[in-house]
Amino acid sequence: MTISLSATPLAAVQNPWLATAMIAAVVLLSTTGEVLTAAAMKSIGDLDVIRARSGLKGAIRAVITCPLFFAGVFFLALAFFSLLLALNHLNLSLVAPASASLTLVTNAIAGKIFLKENVDRRRWASAVLVCIGVYLLAH
Amino acid sequence: MAHHTLSPRRYLILGLVAVCAPLGDSCLSRGMTTIPAISLAHPSALIAAVFTPWIAAGIALLISFFASYLSALSWADLTFVLPATAFGNVIVAFLSRFWLHEAISIERWAGIVLITLGVGFVAQGPSLTQHPAPVHEERAATEVEPR
Repeated sequence: MTISLSATPLAAVQNPWLATAMIAAVVLLSTTGEVLTAAAMKSIGDLDVIRARSGLKGAIRAVITCPLFFAGVFFLALAFFSLLLALNHLNLSLVAPASASLTLVTNAIAGKIFLKENVDRRRWASAVLVCIGVYLLAH
Repeated sequence: MAHHTLSPRRYLILGLVAVCAPLGDSCLSRGMTTIPAISLAHPSALIAAVFTPWIAAGIALLISFFASYLSALSWADLTFVLPATAFGNVIVAFLSRFWLHEAISIERWAGIVLITLGVGFVAQGPSLTQHPAPVHEERAATEVEPR
């Protein structure tokens, strides 16, 4: 995909703080979007049950009438555009593994704090293993 | 945390979450490299690109991913579902090794092993945190898991 962008690249590579801020923005916006979307789906309830009772239209209606869902999608869209901005100034080999792996850890923390999920030792271990694994795989 | 066992149908949905996103991205990438360069001065070319077979397939796969992901989040914790999405990277690595015959470095094999271990850890545990009070009346109906 070749999309010509006329914007002048920032000196992000030379400034580690700016690079860190860009990756942090991707991670925080993505985590916010994921947590809001998960909260929305939990508030709606089990989609399999809703579909069994009201059909596919009922399940779709339950999702698209939930404001929290749109808040989640809004933040996921912001995360996507912040990722595009970061990719415009930083190397893919830095942004992709860093943002993908860090998001797993921040989601585990946010899931425990905001969604009250029981993140036990098994899930912490899983988050850390997958985080390192994604970094190694994508780097 | 109550122990929940997932039905085969729900494992299938988690499998779709893992498979559809990387395959969708791959289709989009394949489709975008086969069309001429698109300039932001001519955005209508992007709309035309949507109707090419690879890009249309990629979009369909990504829509399937999002629908499966939302469905999974309605009956499982975010910290249970997310490792499943990461497992898609492993599937792509195996596809590139055995289908496209690309070389995989030691670091990538180590990454594959770690992700597989992590997903195995979380898959053995419960999928959903049970809270003492129901949040929504819909939740009362989730006691019976549909097949």
